[in-house]
Amino acid sequence: MTSPAQRVQRLLEPRLLHPGAWWLWALALAAAATRTTNPVVLLLLVAAAGVVVAARRSTAPWSRSFVAFVLAGAVLLAVRMAFAALVMDTAPGGTVLVTLPEVGLPAWLAGVRLGGAVTAEGLVFALYQGLQLLAVLACVGAANALADPRRLLRSVPGALYEVGVALVVALTYAPRLVEDALRVRAAQRLRGRAPSGLRGLARTAVPVLEGGLASSLDLAAAMDSRGFARAGDVPVRFRRATGLLVLAGLVGVAIGLFGLLGGGTLPAAGAPLVAAGVAVALTGALLAGRRSRRTRYRPDPWSLPEWATVGCGVAAAAVVLLAAARWPAAMDPAGRVPLVLPELPLPVLAALLVAAAPAVLTPPPPLPAAALRRPTPAVPAGAPA
Amino acid sequence: MIRLDRVSITYPDAAAPALDEVSLLVPEGELCLVVGPTGAGKSTLLRAVNGLVPHFTGGTLTGTVTVAGRDTRAHRPRDLADVVGLVAQDPSSGFVADVVEDELAFGMEWLGIAPTVMRRRVEETLDLLGLAELRSRPLGTLSGGQRQRVAIGAALTAHPRVLVLDEPTSALDPQGAEDVLAALQRLVHDLGLTVVIAEHRLERVVQYADQVVELTGQGRLRSGTPAQVMQSCAIAPPVVELARLAGWQPPPLSVRDARRRADELRPLLPAGPPEAVEGPAEAGPTAGPTPSGPVLATVRDLRLRYGPVPALRDVDLQLRSGQVLALMGRNGAGKSSLLGALVGLVRPQTGEVDVGGLDPRRTEPQTLVRAVGLVPQQPADLLYATSVAAECAQADADAGRPAGSTAALLARLAPEVPGAAHPRDLSEGQRLLLALAVVLVARPRLVLLDEPTRGLDYEAKRRLVSVLRELAGAGHGVVLATHDVELVAEVATRVVILAEGEVVADGPAEEVLAGSPAFAPQVAKILAPDRWLSVPQVAAALELVG
Repeated sequence: MTSPAQRVQRLLEPRLLHPGAWWLWALALAAAATRTTNPVVLLLLVAAAGVVVAARRSTAPWSRSFVAFVLAGAVLLAVRMAFAALVMDTAPGGTVLVTLPEVGLPAWLAGVRLGGAVTAEGLVFALYQGLQLLAVLACVGAANALADPRRLLRSVPGALYEVGVALVVALTYAPRLVEDALRVRAAQRLRGRAPSGLRGLARTAVPVLEGGLASSLDLAAAMDSRGFARAGDVPVRFRRATGLLVLAGLVGVAIGLFGLLGGGTLPAAGAPLVAAGVAVALTGALLAGRRSRRTRYRPDPWSLPEWATVGCGVAAAAVVLLAAARWPAAMDPAGRVPLVLPELPLPVLAALLVAAAPAVLTPPPPLPAAALRRPTPAVPAGAPA
Repeated sequence: MIRLDRVSITYPDAAAPALDEVSLLVPEGELCLVVGPTGAGKSTLLRAVNGLVPHFTGGTLTGTVTVAGRDTRAHRPRDLADVVGLVAQDPSSGFVADVVEDELAFGMEWLGIAPTVMRRRVEETLDLLGLAELRSRPLGTLSGGQRQRVAIGAALTAHPRVLVLDEPTSALDPQGAEDVLAALQRLVHDLGLTVVIAEHRLERVVQYADQVVELTGQGRLRSGTPAQVMQSCAIAPPVVELARLAGWQPPPLSVRDARRRADELRPLLPAGPPEAVEGPAEAGPTAGPTPSGPVLATVRDLRLRYGPVPALRDVDLQLRSGQVLALMGRNGAGKSSLLGALVGLVRPQTGEVDVGGLDPRRTEPQTLVRAVGLVPQQPADLLYATSVAAECAQADADAGRPAGSTAALLARLAPEVPGAAHPRDLSEGQRLLLALAVVLVARPRLVLLDEPTRGLDYEAKRRLVSVLRELAGAGHGVVLATHDVELVAEVATRVVILAEGEVVADGPAEEVLAGSPAFAPQVAKILAPDRWLSVPQVAAALELVG
């Protein structure tokens, strides 16, 4: 018999969490962010995502993307506020902070102004909306940092596997193309001319692209001889049908999510569309999976920590969604006149704590691999054998 | 296991068939070696075995190719994936996954092998090929030899009954090549695997072969036991050439067999070629052997690292005119880095590089090419024009030389290369000579070549040897980074061996090569303790004796 303590220890042994779990968790948080403009909630959401990233990211190169995403969000926020101050005439409000010289615009440009009075209400409105965007970006950045996008592609449903492999190969190819370009540029130096200008570009691009074309043919030949897209005994029409089913289902899910999250033109159709899309895609995947002879090497396991992570995300999103309906004033303060200090309903605070819980509920990532990718030397030299 | 019955293969737009009415039988559990000059149809033959020709490449195939009872006419390469494993010439071009383990499993996933079996086979293959420590390494960080082993492993995990390899050792150092070949031989002996290998470096493979297929050009083919074929084969390793010289019948194929016959030869010969006997090594690592002209380049205390990995440590070297220096050492020992430092492509951490009074890092490329020129590992990197003639014209302009200089140089190095051809359509050897002409037109005093013999057949190599000799005779300094000990034995006057970025040996070729079991050429091994390196040396000495 294993004691509960031992079982917990085994669950928390270092390993990489299923990438799908991280993406579901992050998407749930992003959904929550789209439902509120409360700056405190949004900032706490970013903080929750940040805590989890700090605790559970691996040493891989993509794990630094969280900061990049947050910075991109901050830039967007700044741009948005500048626009609100200078151009857009969106929020009403009487608290004039400063009056800039106004440029007269023709009447048909109603709703747009250049300069003029800058109101506190207008700025705050822009700030809240910008923060919302920043929070969504931070959630996507967290998913990116926590889960290798390539590993996620590896676990796509069987019916879409061929597309998945094509994408993986493309993702691997881009960095190789960069390496080739560096090598060719170095070689061009050897001909006595520093590659610069349009002709330098042609001198680099022609060998790189030609080489790329030749090696993609080699790759296709290698994949063919290794059995890629081996159909087994599955008829072609059946494979195409299941692939189409999965694709159609996923498109349905995407449109439904857009409706749900955007809250725009088709909020009512959102939930049913998502449900129908999931059902169609699952049917396709299951049908294809049953007939497929392909197997998977060391698939990422899906166990308790994965469920816990997804559960935390979904629970936090559900609470925020309910709170938005229950306390609209507190949860959506953007555009309110006069300005008030934002409040934070207690259940929402609790939900945000839950959102950060995967930082301790999941197993830590394994120790860094001994050798990480090192910068490419101009002349390729292998690592010591 | 493999049966070709009156097979002809004609590519679209080709004037003559690549293979013409050839028949061949490779029984199960045999190691079959395919030899022949570039362009004789080796790759076509190999790719016909798993159906890539004509399913993937196009072209017309008449006759039948059957593998394990399956006709390639009715089976596409992917349908043969469980019977035939193919390892392409450039292993990294076929990599699909991003880490070693996933790469090994890729083929098995498509064959529908049970996960538990996959797991076991991956572990077995990691052990068999010595890849266990690399299992989670990204493929891009591996050295050439490691990549080759991963590619072989990826083909092996599917447990094919036939393994087809296109020049598996051309990028490997002698030790790495021996490892790969030993692994292959184990597979043939223990598992009854049928192996088909195309290889230019016969000295590495021929003693393991059960059958040799010689492609003689014009789509013809000749097959037989190694001894039979080697007796009259146009392409032969040094051991066979020595046997022909000494008149041994049948020719021995391995160093071991040849040593037993060598007793007849030794009494006829002096103890070594005159220069090796007279010139003992001078002391000190930087002491250059004869002939030593003026110093062309000096490297002092050179240190270089990529991230945490040191590539060069405290390298001191003087390069002189009239010398052919061979830079040897295992894959990743720092050879390319040293060449890169000499032309200013990589920045050293500390130390000094002085090439004819210039610092390569701080010199304009236009000026530097007059002092030092490098032919990189992939000569095609230097070329970008759409025809050989345009390439030559561009090179004249780049080097500021009168029009026609490069074309004249090329006409001397490789007179048969047509000016209208696209550089990509040239053979490996012709492309190398074109790149060499492009580099030489700037008249650099120092000429560097990185792995020049990769993919070259014996004829192209012979041409390269005479070109390099001529360069050294004209007062150029030549540096070769290479794994090809036979080439080094023929052309080098001085050998420097690098290990982990340090110079571990530096001296006259005879001395360094003969003293090291890994780097000794076949003739040196056969005639040891006498100091002979190459067949031409022995031939010249025999003529002198009469």
